[in-house]
Amino acid sequence: MNITLRVWRQKGPDDKGRMVTYKVEDVSPDMSFLEMLDVLNERLILEGEEPVAFDHDCREGICGACGVVIDGEAHGPETTTTCQLHMRSFSDGDTITVEPWRAKAFPVIKDLVVDRGAFDRIIQAGGYISAPTGTAPDAHASPVPKADADRAFDAATCIGCGACVAACPNASGMLFTAAKVTHLGMLPQGQPEREARVVQMVNQHDEEDFGGCTNIGECAAVCPKGIPLDTISQLNRDLLGSLSSGAAE
Amino acid sequence: MKDLYIEGDEIRDEKAPAGPVAERWDQRRFSAKLVNPANRRKLSVIVVGTGLAGASAAATLGEAGYQVKSFCYQDSPRRAHSIAAQGGINAAKNYRNDGDSIYRLFYDTVKGGDFRSRESNVYRLSQVSVEIIDQCVAQGVPFAREYGGLLDNRSFGGVQVSRTFYARGQTGQQLLIGAYQALERQVQAGTVEMNTRHEMLELIVVDGRARGIVARDMVTGEIETHFADAVVLSSGGYGNVFYLSTNAMGCNVTATWRAHRKGAYFANPCYTQIHPTCIPVSGDYQSKLTLMSESLRNDGRIWVPNEAGDTRDPREIPEEERDYYLERIYPAFGNLVPRDIASRAAKNVCDEGRGVGPGGLGVYLDFADAIKRLGRPAVEAKYGNLFDMYQRITGENPYEVPMRIYPAVHYTMGGLWVDYDLQSSIPGLFVTGEANFSDHGANRLGASALMQGLADGYFVLPNTINDYLAAGPFEEVDESTPEAGEAAEAVRARIDKLLSINGNRTVDSFHKELGHIMWDYCGMERNEEGLRKAVERIRELREEFWQNVRVLGENEELNQSLEKAGRVADFFELAELMCIDALHRRESCGGHFRSESQTEDGEALRHDDEFAYVAAWEFGGTGEPPVLRKEPLEYEYVEMKQRSYK
Repeated sequence: MNITLRVWRQKGPDDKGRMVTYKVEDVSPDMSFLEMLDVLNERLILEGEEPVAFDHDCREGICGACGVVIDGEAHGPETTTTCQLHMRSFSDGDTITVEPWRAKAFPVIKDLVVDRGAFDRIIQAGGYISAPTGTAPDAHASPVPKADADRAFDAATCIGCGACVAACPNASGMLFTAAKVTHLGMLPQGQPEREARVVQMVNQHDEEDFGGCTNIGECAAVCPKGIPLDTISQLNRDLLGSLSSGAAE
Repeated sequence: MKDLYIEGDEIRDEKAPAGPVAERWDQRRFSAKLVNPANRRKLSVIVVGTGLAGASAAATLGEAGYQVKSFCYQDSPRRAHSIAAQGGINAAKNYRNDGDSIYRLFYDTVKGGDFRSRESNVYRLSQVSVEIIDQCVAQGVPFAREYGGLLDNRSFGGVQVSRTFYARGQTGQQLLIGAYQALERQVQAGTVEMNTRHEMLELIVVDGRARGIVARDMVTGEIETHFADAVVLSSGGYGNVFYLSTNAMGCNVTATWRAHRKGAYFANPCYTQIHPTCIPVSGDYQSKLTLMSESLRNDGRIWVPNEAGDTRDPREIPEEERDYYLERIYPAFGNLVPRDIASRAAKNVCDEGRGVGPGGLGVYLDFADAIKRLGRPAVEAKYGNLFDMYQRITGENPYEVPMRIYPAVHYTMGGLWVDYDLQSSIPGLFVTGEANFSDHGANRLGASALMQGLADGYFVLPNTINDYLAAGPFEEVDESTPEAGEAAEAVRARIDKLLSINGNRTVDSFHKELGHIMWDYCGMERNEEGLRKAVERIRELREEFWQNVRVLGENEELNQSLEKAGRVADFFELAELMCIDALHRRESCGGHFRSESQTEDGEALRHDDEFAYVAAWEFGGTGEPPVLRKEPLEYEYVEMKQRSYK
């Protein structure tokens, strides 16, 4: 396959940035999207042009490091991570546009690399269960109904890639926040901090310049891990309960 | 062979207590000096790496009240490669009432490691395993549960009990998120300072003690010095020396290699784990290999056609023309033999021309029987995400066509030498998780890496590091301390050199070539002639690298080529030491298979009289041969015998 790429190039945080067109030839349909970018980068280096910077690490869809907007869609045409997208999803002769996540809370560092530190700060605000090492009771001390355990698990599979933010017209980080609130809130171990957690995490979310959630649902549509949209309903329910009980004061 | 290395004096693990094995950990915790809570605030610890072993250590030391500085090269600590572990974590809970016990986990691990690990360490690991599960459940790790609400277990390679706890096929992810959240909680509490997108490039040693690191801010390029009373390396393994492996793209040996060059012994570097169930290579553009969890071997059956060159669709090959070779050769363990044995068996059938798929480098992992027996929904519930991943990568549907798998580099049992306290040969430098060498011997059993990483970080290190820190705070050091200035200067000089060569080859092209050399000569099967050739070729290639590599851009920016170049430069040096270690060990054990040393039926043949020791390598100086320091291994509890899984 021969592909034409239009790639966002931006030297640094203060550079204005621009789209640059490259041709990539002899692309195998079995290549991953990132391997296709590797091929481009190897050529650019030999031609004396700096390679395109992009975040990636595990390349098996679980670390959450990679993520670019491909033809206007976060992670591209399949519902998966960018590293698990393969060139068989494209056709010979295609022109593909590649851009970084666009969100005020995720400033661009270089080319396709953005700063997602805001997600870590939302977790710091309360996305945990306080269980200092050594204090735990036996693991079977509190059984968890399978349905609750499964729901917690489904929410816990979030990889923190940020596609939800990139896809949202408001650049909201609510699906990410809700996934954690749901994961911990479904478990007996998560109950003591449940009411304070949701308030603190939502406050931090708002402080980070993420937009508000208006229930559009683009986030869940692009989520490579299928985090369900109803986690946001769960978050809203918890938030309302917490604010009305005054427990979070 | 003595041209390649020098033999030095023997060493001993001075910290390991004597006495009954079951009491040693208690004894050591009691004899270790303590630091009272008020004094902990005055003591600082640097932790490099935020995988299971690093995040758990940083969080626990922060909770204890030490001032912790944590570093990772990724944009968030949550991305460390522990996240990709799929199958599970072992613990001797005996929730299945199937005869498991701490002693049995200890026994299985010593035997699985082919009698090349320390009994004291392995026993402690087994003891602590039980607490890990409790800790993780308390943090909210959503392990798989049964309808009664209790935790589910499954069995894994090399054992006959069900002691593996799991969270679908994403156990590593869930455990790491638990440790990450504990870490972020300490960041919020102000006990841990988190430095993301920072790469350690040098260790600072002052008056013989590890006192800090030189790190590069990967966004601005600034070369920073950081100081502490102790340094902990939790920087993972070095499987990426092979270029293609199941490691993440960024995994590297630089932190531990730089420490090695400053005096930390590197132990058993040749012990590499080749995992039997990975998706085969599809082309030379390939950047990494993807593991299919070993848990698949619980229900999948591995086979190849009886006849070489049989290219029929696997579904058209009748039962009697298939060779379920693991079930045939190892009836007691069948498809659940340890990884080293399963990998070599796959290589053997492919060498006979019976391999399947492109290039004949693959074997079938077939779920047809399991789907018939359990029904598709049950198989989906257990392995759904793995099947999806397989289909996404290969374009084939494993519910209908058997998966194709082939062995790939997965884990490195070798690493920096540590004593029972997890302290390296440099006082004040501690090493946890895959970065150290201590618990797996010559082969690691499945679901034991997560166990060891968390054991080290949550329970072992926080109970031993105090013995060292009790003598602190140590003398004040800062940028003006000559050793710190020299270390930072060395880092700058190396970066300047890499940027100034401007040759004709990319970093990746060197890395790939190095990987081929290592896979061909220091991979699943090794011999004297090949290893000697490898040493020569590595030296030539390293020389060319330093004259002909092209790294564009500058230091003062995000520069991914520069990052890679530094890592590959260190892989060259490590690769040579791996080959020398493999050469000197003229026996087969676990993952180290020397073709000159095998039994009549082709199994690994150990030579306990000559090689029952840890090979700890001391850096001999640039361009000088390394120095071999042997730590003899003694077995008081588990009788050393030829492993048998038949």
